[in-house]
Amino acid sequence: MIGYILFGLVALVAIVSAVGMLLSTNAIHAALFLVINLICIALFYLGLNAPFLAMVQITVYAGAIMVLFLFVIMLLGAEQVTLKSQLKWQAPLAIVLAVVMIAATFLLFFNVQASGGLSPLAPISEDPRQTETFGSPYAVGEVLFGAYLLPFEMTGVLLLVAMIGAIILTRNEAGGMRDEQRAASNE
Amino acid sequence: MQLPILESINLMAVLPVLIIAGWACVLLVFDLLIPRSRKHWTAWLALVGLLGAAVALFFQIGHFARLGSEAAFDGMVTVDGFSIFLQVVFVLTAIVGVLLALDYLPRHGIERGEYYVLLLFTTIGMMIMSMAADLIVVFVALELLSIPLYILSGFAGMRETSEEAALKYFLLGAFASSFLVYGIALTYGGTGTTRLTGIAQAVTSDALNLPLTTVGMGLLLVGLGFKVAAVPFHMWTPDVYQGAPTPVTAFMSVGAKAGGFAALIRVLVTAFPAIASEWGTLIAVIAGLTMLLGNIVAISQSNIKRMLAYSSIAHAGYILLAVAAAQRSENASFAIGAVVFYLLAYALTNLGAFTVAIAVERDDGTGTEIDDFAGLGKTRPWMALAMALFMLSLTGMPISGGLVGKVFVFQAALQAVPGDPLLLAVVIIGVLTSVVSAFYYLKVIMVMYMREGEGKAVLPLALKTVLAATAFGTLVLGIIPGPVFQMAQRAMLK
Repeated sequence: MIGYILFGLVALVAIVSAVGMLLSTNAIHAALFLVINLICIALFYLGLNAPFLAMVQITVYAGAIMVLFLFVIMLLGAEQVTLKSQLKWQAPLAIVLAVVMIAATFLLFFNVQASGGLSPLAPISEDPRQTETFGSPYAVGEVLFGAYLLPFEMTGVLLLVAMIGAIILTRNEAGGMRDEQRAASNE
Repeated sequence: MQLPILESINLMAVLPVLIIAGWACVLLVFDLLIPRSRKHWTAWLALVGLLGAAVALFFQIGHFARLGSEAAFDGMVTVDGFSIFLQVVFVLTAIVGVLLALDYLPRHGIERGEYYVLLLFTTIGMMIMSMAADLIVVFVALELLSIPLYILSGFAGMRETSEEAALKYFLLGAFASSFLVYGIALTYGGTGTTRLTGIAQAVTSDALNLPLTTVGMGLLLVGLGFKVAAVPFHMWTPDVYQGAPTPVTAFMSVGAKAGGFAALIRVLVTAFPAIASEWGTLIAVIAGLTMLLGNIVAISQSNIKRMLAYSSIAHAGYILLAVAAAQRSENASFAIGAVVFYLLAYALTNLGAFTVAIAVERDDGTGTEIDDFAGLGKTRPWMALAMALFMLSLTGMPISGGLVGKVFVFQAALQAVPGDPLLLAVVIIGVLTSVVSAFYYLKVIMVMYMREGEGKAVLPLALKTVLAATAFGTLVLGIIPGPVFQMAQRAMLK
């Protein structure tokens, strides 16, 4: 019972913060709303017995990525810019499409219910010991370095490549001149 | 504590990939010690690594001819004839990619050792893509293939066209990747697994989650269709091919395309046999559109790189036709054989054509117009002859690999679903557009031989070697295709 009340509270905060993010005109406020939203998601993970994922969510999304967001907003001075919507047709279209999407989802849901309900594809184990530990750091580590070892290692290579790329594209070592520099030196 | 997984890793099966991956990391460090005036050492070292992988692959060919297939990393990847054949294509393409850059980079003032390192990394992405047996691996391999290519397209960063190419490729590529991920998510939602064989078991024609899985399959098709430059998702191709440094264009026009097709075949044939007629129809329609648009727009191009870009779109259409022909399992082995044979013939021919384009290109990146080929017939008779051969092969004229490839593709499509009007229509489109394509391919030959011009070209030893090898390969595939096609047909999925 207390689990449902907690879930309801957190869900309410999550929805309010998401709507707040969409509606606030100040970019900094929007970013702060997003932080609240991301923390709520971390709480959901905690409620689903996945403490490791919850901590990762907080450190990576609510921590690192949000700092990056705020940094870029401040660097660009985007918080002062009041954006006039360029695409006037976008808002009504979005509302129509959202309604269609919700209707389609409901239709599908009731159809499935009528035809006997959806059978769970991968039955979740009834063993309480297993459901309590499936999101523990140990279990996550075992999957990450076991079945998913190859994608994990490939992601490591991917990050290395991204790092090399960032250095190459921003630092022009080879002594070549950019087009605009060449134009300037010709004048 | 001993994890049970350790026994199922099977490192020997993926040895070529490991050699290149390890060598690329070592090379990254070596490159720091090599003085700036001697960066060609890095290139030669990269070649050593690729040759090492080629040797490992050579030994694997015999091994897998006996065994059939082997899983590695707990079933995340499957090494079979299909992946070995394609890995050979990728390693050869990477060797050519290094040789083409050897003189190009210093001539254009963009010589940096990282070029070769990134080339090795993207090659690993392609190789893993060809053996992926899990959608997660497909996704990560696709990114590993793409991200180095985004960087390499912008390698001549001081040229605005190169910068534009990199940014366009990156933004559209990231957009396409998001479709792929969404497709994977929906497929996982519908089937409860990302393993390709597991999906095949979960997707039966009467499954309740079929709509969800079908949409997921469609989104996967969008993501991979972008990589192979199939028609509604081809927009990036001309600008990126034109703006990127020419060796990169040559490498990516062959490697990225073959990688995309490898994943497309693995995913569709292995995971979705239950809805084969759906994806077969979809791909046949895309193939028809791709052939039409690629060939017709190529006519009006005056820039050789742009022309070859539209030509590469057109050829994606022919290969897609063979993919569509793989929808029936009785025909799958012939159709897949046609795909990999066509990919090999296209790789040789296209790499050769780009080699000539590199030889003609001037140091400042100009000299890529078709008019710049004028007079080459007199000043460089052998090179002009090779270029004529490549153009004839791309058209699909006799004694070239291109013709044989097209014949196999059309044959595969005709026998896939006998009497199917859609496939028949697409085959007819394919034959007609091949005739149309003669117009712009033969124009290059005409300009080389009939028009007066300076006919200037720089042809160092590395380019000569590549030119001779690709021309020889194109001829061999055209005159005695039998042995290679037999190998290609055995290169089926297991």
